[in-house]
Amino acid sequence: MNNEELKISISAILPTAIYDETGEFLNVNIASEELYPLINELRSKNEFDFNYLFCLTCIDWKDHLMMVYHLLSKTHQHTIVLKAKISNRENPEIETVCNIWRTAELLEREVFDLFGVKFINHPDLRRLFLTDDWNGYPLRKDYVDENMITL
Amino acid sequence: MEINKSMEGPLTFPGQVHETADGGILVTKLDDVINWARSNSLWPLVFGTSCCAIEMMSAAGAKHDWSRFGFEVARASPRQADLIIVAGTIVMKMAPVLKRLYDQMPEPKYVIAMGACTISGGPFFYNTYSVVKGVDHVIPVDVFIPGCPPRPEALLHSMITLQEKIKHEQYFKKKIEDVR
Repeated sequence: MNNEELKISISAILPTAIYDETGEFLNVNIASEELYPLINELRSKNEFDFNYLFCLTCIDWKDHLMMVYHLLSKTHQHTIVLKAKISNRENPEIETVCNIWRTAELLEREVFDLFGVKFINHPDLRRLFLTDDWNGYPLRKDYVDENMITL
Repeated sequence: MEINKSMEGPLTFPGQVHETADGGILVTKLDDVINWARSNSLWPLVFGTSCCAIEMMSAAGAKHDWSRFGFEVARASPRQADLIIVAGTIVMKMAPVLKRLYDQMPEPKYVIAMGACTISGGPFFYNTYSVVKGVDHVIPVDVFIPGCPPRPEALLHSMITLQEKIKHEQYFKKKIEDVR
């Protein structure tokens, strides 16, 4: 499918999705609560068949967090970027996608480690790179620690 | 620092030979002999944490070949190594591991801090939560070699500088504090 066809098909599932084509891929902006039903459809429906999650990350926009999912279909060779806005920055929560793509297990642990996003139903949500007794989440914009020298 | 002419070059044995009918008598100082032996056979530990390690491997490879200066074989075990070249960024999580490796090395042991990251944190000095700002916070350093990364020639220079430093050590006058 090309971007226009993808937009029409996604809007049929989720009419509130907002599209943005300024980047390399088609960006689909949604709210965090809408993520799981949509992403499940994208994986299971044959017309989409997004069978490869090639990047999962997070952005701190200071007033909210945003989860970013890069999805690719190896059968149809189409790509989209799904951006889910998490409004609650103090206690950010989103549904895990581990049961759809196993690779998300480690990627989500990394996001949990560095941004502090809690993934609901994640099988093993622990810190990945940092030590278990680490305080705070270093990739948050407001992170401070005593070893850090700021310009 | 004045370099003793009799100690110049790795092949020159320190001391004077007084010819006698049956061969000769060697007059030398133990310090000189020990330092001559030590400085010409420094085995580095296989240790590299980032891009500086690539330059270090290049210095060990055929083109630059640090074996020419007695660095010979890199040892995979700290128990058999005399020298640790800290090649690359040391992060907070790596620091205790590095300290442990250093502690496992037998005396005498030497440290070369290779590159900007190990000297001061380098490009990761500001706004980072994970990088140790200078490896000398963790272990004592003998020679610093700047660069990002330093070229193999620069690394060889630092190693030869270390040899020069070892040649001026006074083993029997060393205090316990100096050894630590």
